[in-house]
Amino acid sequence: MKFLDEYRDGEAARRLAAAIHVAVAREKPASIVIMEVCGGQTHAIVRYGIDEILPEAIELVHGPGCPVCVTPLELIDRAHAIASRPGVIFCSFGDMLRVPGSRGDLLSLKSRGADVRVVYSPLDAVEVAARNPERRVVFFAIGFETTAPANAMAVWLAKKRGIANFSALVSHVLVPPAMTMILGAPDNRVRGFLGPGHVCAVMGTSEYEAIARRHAVPIVVTGFEPVDILEGILRVVRQLQQGRGEVEVQYGRAVRQPGNLASRRLMDEVFEVRDCKWRGVGAIPKSGFKLREPYRDHDAGRLFEVDDIECAESATCISGQILRGLKRPRDCPAFGNPCTPDAPLGATMVSQEGACSAYYAYGRHADRRERGKLPIVGGAP
Amino acid sequence: MCLAIPGRIVEIAQDGVLLMGKVAFGGVTRSVCLEHVKEAVVGDYVLVHVGFALSRIDEVEAQRVFSLLEELGLALGELGEPDGAAP
Repeated sequence: MKFLDEYRDGEAARRLAAAIHVAVAREKPASIVIMEVCGGQTHAIVRYGIDEILPEAIELVHGPGCPVCVTPLELIDRAHAIASRPGVIFCSFGDMLRVPGSRGDLLSLKSRGADVRVVYSPLDAVEVAARNPERRVVFFAIGFETTAPANAMAVWLAKKRGIANFSALVSHVLVPPAMTMILGAPDNRVRGFLGPGHVCAVMGTSEYEAIARRHAVPIVVTGFEPVDILEGILRVVRQLQQGRGEVEVQYGRAVRQPGNLASRRLMDEVFEVRDCKWRGVGAIPKSGFKLREPYRDHDAGRLFEVDDIECAESATCISGQILRGLKRPRDCPAFGNPCTPDAPLGATMVSQEGACSAYYAYGRHADRRERGKLPIVGGAP
Repeated sequence: MCLAIPGRIVEIAQDGVLLMGKVAFGGVTRSVCLEHVKEAVVGDYVLVHVGFALSRIDEVEAQRVFSLLEELGLALGELGEPDGAAP
């Protein structure tokens, strides 16, 4: 497909990887720690083995950018309680419905008679509500800024069309506060970021320019295909070597500096910022969205009273440290046994974009391949 | 989760209060909300996430990385070309 296949070209990827090998030939092993923020990038890196063709000087660590992963267990249990109510049609994206809560996943409720539906788009959930006026339709609205315009549009549309039986259980998280938290930690190791391409297609780059300035850290807003990711890494390396810490946009085919202004206006109309708890990480100030007051009649969090839910997380799981770039999946004693995508202990194993799940899916629990064996000839100078 | 895929607009139509359209992804065509890419016309590529177009693909920018690759090819050639074999 156009705008995908050419960015998966093996020769182009090899050429970029070779340029990276040349650029870091004099750097010490693991001296350049780069975090990719977005779970989609993590998945691509592991799927295409990009980390394994990089020189040893570069260590990729995987960021907190998987919204399914960081959705708190309590909220999944809360969704479970709402979906179990008679008369409710509970809708969300497929990957969210498969995450196990402490009482099982949401899709498994179907076998007990609940009406749980996978939707492709939040707007489809509004349509389900329009066609079923006697039922209460709840949409589990999760995501980062990428998903926020579509989720905001669903709530806005329901209000506009007077579809009173549609509500959203909102658990939206925001990327910049998480990056700030990571950079502000005393044990931070991250020296540069691959910025989240699709988040920035919506939000633009100004928030990231502020972070780059404050922390003197390179942030290269990067796409999701191998050629994109390798170019992003090369650009971070060049900035570090030149002593720069700026925002650059590698993913210019989708990202403009101001972002999508129509989307940003709608998000601001429907959502307001709130403090938010991230699974595996804890509370981060001003890191999420809730619905604004004029949309309260579509707020499932208000409409459905659910008793407080206490959830116990695994004591072994190190997903919190993985999400902050301090550890990698293989550092965890539970990785692969007993923790697997079918029986996940924590955040980074619950969705295919979580670092542990991606490592597991591509066999990283089974072998330890050698790194840095790209056949660049001529040797590094 | 933040997966977004480029597709080509094959049809644009107002549907109630929203600008909607049909977008082709390879052989599959889907209904997509175009409300936030109003500048796009039939034949343009848009980046689509959960049935919602986030941005119009800039075709000039899309070629930029390949110009960089040509420059890299020349620079690496002076150091010794990769042999092209898969690792």
